[in-house]
Amino acid sequence: MYVAVKGGERAIDNAHRLLAEARRGDSQTPELSLAQIDQQLALAVDRVMTEGSVYDRELAALAIKQARGDLIEAIFLLRAYRTTLPRLAVSSPIDTGRMTVRRRISATFKDLPGGQVLGPTFDYTHRLLDFALAAGGGGTEPVATQPGDAAPAEGMPKVASLLDAEGLIEQEAPDAEDASVGDLTREPLEFPADRDLRLQNLARGDEGFLLALAYSTQRGFGRNHPFAGEIRMGEVEIEIVPPELGFPVVIGEVTLTECEMVNQFKGSKTEPPQFTRGYGLACGEAERKAMAMALVDRSLRAEELGEEATAPAQDEEFVLMHSDNVEASGFLQHLKLPHYVDFQAELVMVRQMRAQAGAAGDTTDE
Amino acid sequence: MPPAGAAVSAEDAAPIALRQRWMAALAKAAADDLECAWQGLRAPPDYSLLRPAEVGLAMIQGRAGGNGRRFNLGEMTMTRCVVRLADGTLGFSHIAGRDARKAELAAAFDALMQRPDDRERLLDEVIGPLEDSEAVRKQAMAEKVAATRVDFFTLARGD
Repeated sequence: MYVAVKGGERAIDNAHRLLAEARRGDSQTPELSLAQIDQQLALAVDRVMTEGSVYDRELAALAIKQARGDLIEAIFLLRAYRTTLPRLAVSSPIDTGRMTVRRRISATFKDLPGGQVLGPTFDYTHRLLDFALAAGGGGTEPVATQPGDAAPAEGMPKVASLLDAEGLIEQEAPDAEDASVGDLTREPLEFPADRDLRLQNLARGDEGFLLALAYSTQRGFGRNHPFAGEIRMGEVEIEIVPPELGFPVVIGEVTLTECEMVNQFKGSKTEPPQFTRGYGLACGEAERKAMAMALVDRSLRAEELGEEATAPAQDEEFVLMHSDNVEASGFLQHLKLPHYVDFQAELVMVRQMRAQAGAAGDTTDE
Repeated sequence: MPPAGAAVSAEDAAPIALRQRWMAALAKAAADDLECAWQGLRAPPDYSLLRPAEVGLAMIQGRAGGNGRRFNLGEMTMTRCVVRLADGTLGFSHIAGRDARKAELAAAFDALMQRPDDRERLLDEVIGPLEDSEAVRKQAMAEKVAATRVDFFTLARGD
């Protein structure tokens, strides 16, 4: 229990002013603009949008600036701002097959239709600090281009569809058009949770938590033998159907990262041996997040696929109840609030127990 | 609310696909480009705000596996606006982001373009150039991305 404590207003006010000064840092250093954060700390913006669950680069950049770069604090700020806005629309389901692809790789097929494009990736960099950037001289090499008809004629079909054709991978079935789609921002999570709620929860979930869980499955805690079937990143158009118009309109484009994991499955009484799927989707360029999400999505399907659920990553209550870093951070940080009365009670009790133990000891000594 | 384009008779109404095309171009355009296009009109018409620009959220839905059951990925900011021209023609906009001015201009263009007299000219002078600059930007990016294509065929020596 914590109790309301009065007083301290001036100290709090002064602490916030001190925070503002600390946020600004040395005034000799130029102040960051939101455009600089958006452009040059783009992946931080992407993470805040994904876990803050609001796609708006400028708002995410503002949150990062206000939070001094503390991304979980920034996610909290964005979530809080979100509650002030009405929901005007629900998009038509996005079609990632029509993505304007900037990156697309597969670890399962080398010669897939449409080919593999690396895009802007950290992969194959040597992870050596680049002191040219420290001197403000980085990124001066001109970007290579391959002019002409840049898009392959065959398009970029989804890798899963290649396996689909042979029936070697489980089919994903669309839900009925009038079926309701679970929404964690409207109703509290209940168990067992369906896949729509699980995916929403994972999409908003903390990247570090999902990364650790995904890693645990790779190391043997709920092993499910994943292959990165396909990872793609690029721009997707978002369409809504405004009731006053009655037809779909494009409202803009968002950048998304999608990961489709292909996993082994030995089959069951009703299903022949085939590959199963885990799915990850995140806002912006968020490859690690999308991959981790796909592994955890798959591990949470253990029960559905008749696998023995023994590991933390297969326990949906454990995963879904602890994935949200705003909730987790709030509960953790509430420990800083005054617990004076609670603690006084504990203090009295410990003293009493010691006194009793002492008295008992005295008795045995005699 | 009256149906879209009440002042335009049914036979003069633009095909839906055409209207979707210009609405998409207006939504994806940079705010500055819309402002320039508006200022560049020979006589920018007066309009009233039937529904002033309102900022809110659109929930983005994805599908499990890309084609399976729907789920809610997260929201994005959007702005909507409805304007009315002096002759009663209504214009609508639904655009990503929180730019009230852009939403207003997009709605005003939508209204103008429903009038058959203005439509062809605006398609040529406003929508066409917006689509072209978008295509140029996309092509430039596609060429950079294409240069990162991995050619595994050169390594496959099965023959």
